[in-house]
Amino acid sequence: MTPISTGSEWTFDLIDEYDREIRKIAVDEFKLDVYPNQLEVITAEQMMDAYSSVGMPVNYHHWSFGKHFVSTEKSYKRGQMGLAYEIVINSSPCIAYLMEENSMTMQALVIAHAAYGHNSFFKGNYLFRAWTDASAIVDYLVFAKSYISKCEERYGIDAVEELLDSCHALMNYGVDRYKRPQKLSLAEEQARQEEREQYLQMQVNDLWRTIPRRDRDDANREPPRFPAEPQENLLYFIEKSAPLLEPWQRELVRIVRKVAQYFYPQRQTQVMNEGWATFWHYTILNRLYEKGLVTDGFMMEFLQSHTNVVYQPPVTARWYNGINPYALGFAMYQDIKRICENPTEEDRAWFPDLAGSDWRTSLEFAMKNFKDESFISQYLSPKLIREFRLFAIRDDDLEDKLEVSAIHDENGYRDIRSKLAEQYNLGSREPNIQVWSVNVRGDRSLTLRHTMHNRRPLDEGSAQEVLKHVGRLWGFDVRLESADSDGSITQRFEVKSNLELQRL
Amino acid sequence: MSHIIDRRLNGKNKSAVNRERFLRRFKAQIKEAVSRAVKGRSITDIESGEKVSIPVKDISEPVFHHGQGGVREQVHPGNEEFIRGDRIARPQGGGGGGGGGKASQDGEGEDDFVFELSREEFLNVFFDDLALPNLIKTQLMGVEELKQVRAGYTNDGTPANISIVRSLRGALARRVAMAAPTLARLGEAEEDLDALLESDDESTQEVREQRKRIHLLREKLGSIPFIDPFDLRYNNRIQQPKPTSQAVMFCIMDVSGSMDEQKKDMAKRFFILLYLFLQRNYDKIEVVFIRHHTSAVEVNEEDFFHSRESGGTVVSSALNLMADIVKKRYSSSEWNIYAAQASDGDNWDSDSANCGRIMEEQLLPYCQYFAYIEITEGEPQNLWYEYLKVKERQRHFAMQKIRSASDIYPVFRELFKRQPATRA
Repeated sequence: MTPISTGSEWTFDLIDEYDREIRKIAVDEFKLDVYPNQLEVITAEQMMDAYSSVGMPVNYHHWSFGKHFVSTEKSYKRGQMGLAYEIVINSSPCIAYLMEENSMTMQALVIAHAAYGHNSFFKGNYLFRAWTDASAIVDYLVFAKSYISKCEERYGIDAVEELLDSCHALMNYGVDRYKRPQKLSLAEEQARQEEREQYLQMQVNDLWRTIPRRDRDDANREPPRFPAEPQENLLYFIEKSAPLLEPWQRELVRIVRKVAQYFYPQRQTQVMNEGWATFWHYTILNRLYEKGLVTDGFMMEFLQSHTNVVYQPPVTARWYNGINPYALGFAMYQDIKRICENPTEEDRAWFPDLAGSDWRTSLEFAMKNFKDESFISQYLSPKLIREFRLFAIRDDDLEDKLEVSAIHDENGYRDIRSKLAEQYNLGSREPNIQVWSVNVRGDRSLTLRHTMHNRRPLDEGSAQEVLKHVGRLWGFDVRLESADSDGSITQRFEVKSNLELQRL
Repeated sequence: MSHIIDRRLNGKNKSAVNRERFLRRFKAQIKEAVSRAVKGRSITDIESGEKVSIPVKDISEPVFHHGQGGVREQVHPGNEEFIRGDRIARPQGGGGGGGGGKASQDGEGEDDFVFELSREEFLNVFFDDLALPNLIKTQLMGVEELKQVRAGYTNDGTPANISIVRSLRGALARRVAMAAPTLARLGEAEEDLDALLESDDESTQEVREQRKRIHLLREKLGSIPFIDPFDLRYNNRIQQPKPTSQAVMFCIMDVSGSMDEQKKDMAKRFFILLYLFLQRNYDKIEVVFIRHHTSAVEVNEEDFFHSRESGGTVVSSALNLMADIVKKRYSSSEWNIYAAQASDGDNWDSDSANCGRIMEEQLLPYCQYFAYIEITEGEPQNLWYEYLKVKERQRHFAMQKIRSASDIYPVFRELFKRQPATRA
């Protein structure tokens, strides 16, 4: 076979040809199941644009995206930072950006990585299947953008901006964790939007009907709790129950909530997703080489960039910045493949089901049915723990020294594995804050409760700031309490509703 | 099969709106940063953009996160020497490597957020809220200031300007009007014919004639044209003069020996600012540069800012020259006249009184605004006192003192602050 190309320049024909060959390997040979692909060639400036609208092809306007853009532009122009060579969007068709500046090798790498790696992950992984709707997201953002600019025209940029600020502050608390959200559809969304506005407003008014209808005989009974049970989706609660919001404001809260929900799976599958894409670009491009379709020079360039991507600096390095998800994910998938094909005694003891099974099936299963946390606790092997020389440090503020609680030895494997898994558990990474109660019969104040985990407190400065945003949305006093494991309150924050809130 | 799209030709400024939103939101901070930045700049790079930094805490977007404290466990790669149970001292300074602190996210890094404003944006901020005082839109100017406005319809014009709706509307009216009498007669004729036929008379002759008449009337109706050249109407556009302001700015700079390099530099920086400001905010403004020591000359922009020359000082020479030029070229009924004078206040003793007189008698009556800046670190000199007297009597005379380069911008702003009450 002759190589597809020899130089580093790319052309549209070459991209097409590479894509066809890569597709043969990915889809025909390895049976990756992918959404249709849409490869878009863009310039560096456009890449920066894409960056600052969180990768989405359309998005509503907000100053924070501008800030993001300004800082990306700055560091790119100074050469402090290369642009990520790819952005891929979980949509159907799956949109992958190829930067004009890339060499042919890099374009092929990006196609394999994004258009087949990430793409098949988006389509296969259970979180994405359950929580996002790839075919509708772009339409929904179009709806959101036009709705928000209509609001800006009608109510002023400032009013909209303030509200979005407040919603963004609570974005991480605007996701349903256990309930499958409604499917999004542009048509329905627009059709039902007005109806919903009216209906919601009615509901709210009803909730706040001020005449207390207490029966004579239970006058001294406890007032009913509202909400009946604590709620973890703060934005949902605000959208449905905040007393003073206008209908359009509720719609904005909803938009931010939907966007947050869309990104929620991505935040939970960083290691898996990047690892998967990296594993496949590595496998596919090596296969291209075996078939004689690419040159040695191509492979050298590819391997150089690949090694940079999967490099894990040790903790002692100056540029150490936590565990590199590409490195860990790639190593884990490679390891699963190895365990399937060439298991050692140790592997047989640790992974009896995996050892000797068909690697492609096992890998597919692993990709489909886990998130970072469970993936690590299921598949991290002692061999990898040794290779990464992983160790755990316990920092207890009651002790004067840090303690090495586990290392990569026989006693430590399980410990390390569960600790690393825990590290990727969003539930413990983010403070657990829920809607606790509303004083329905009194001053209408809202109380949030932070349930402490491992005695970790809230950061006071930011908590107070975010609480101001909650106060703005709620319209009456808001409180936030931190409760430790036995339920006693250790931190309290309060924001009084007053005019000060109008402008944070 | 993958779909490949070339998006490179699509607009690249998708973020422009977001960027502008960002600038808008932090206008106050950016303004402050710009005025801070401009102090340190030399003349030439006012033309370029500017790096601006705002405190990170102002632009942070808060989210709930954990603070220091409690128990946290972190897994790290690259163990070299530790075994289980080792105890290590806490690393100092917010916990870098081993402690697993997230210094950057804790908002404790109080670094400034630095970014670059384009020249355009920079000057926008820079000259925000400044305006020439007392500008009066007096004169209707020449050809360039005409603007096209719609002015109804005309009966003739070029085919490109045909107003279809108007023409067809006219045609319809004409058809209706022209057809009406014929139609009426046609109606009558048809009724007559019906009557004849019903009466069953054997007057076939009459019936035939009646039929003929009807036929003729029909033909007449059919010959009314659908559209006639007479119907055509053309959009009419006429040139309307736009009221504009005509303004001239006199820049008068002292280049005498007592103005040392530093003072000259400051004066030049002031005028550069002024010049940029005028160029930017007023399309049509003439600038006259006057340089003086013992005698005054009118020079071009290049010479004004760059040539070196010096001698003694006779300020009145410059004022006289300006008065001459005003008389010759800018008769004041048509022109808004502005002037800015920079000097170190050092003057031939007997000349200062002279200056005051020329100013009051020959210049101020014609000027909308006259700004005097004195560049000196020491006590004010005789010219200053002379001008103080003028200032008491004349409302549109302003004077300010510049001591160091950092005063230039504030003084400039002070002099050209937009004055809502006095705007024409």
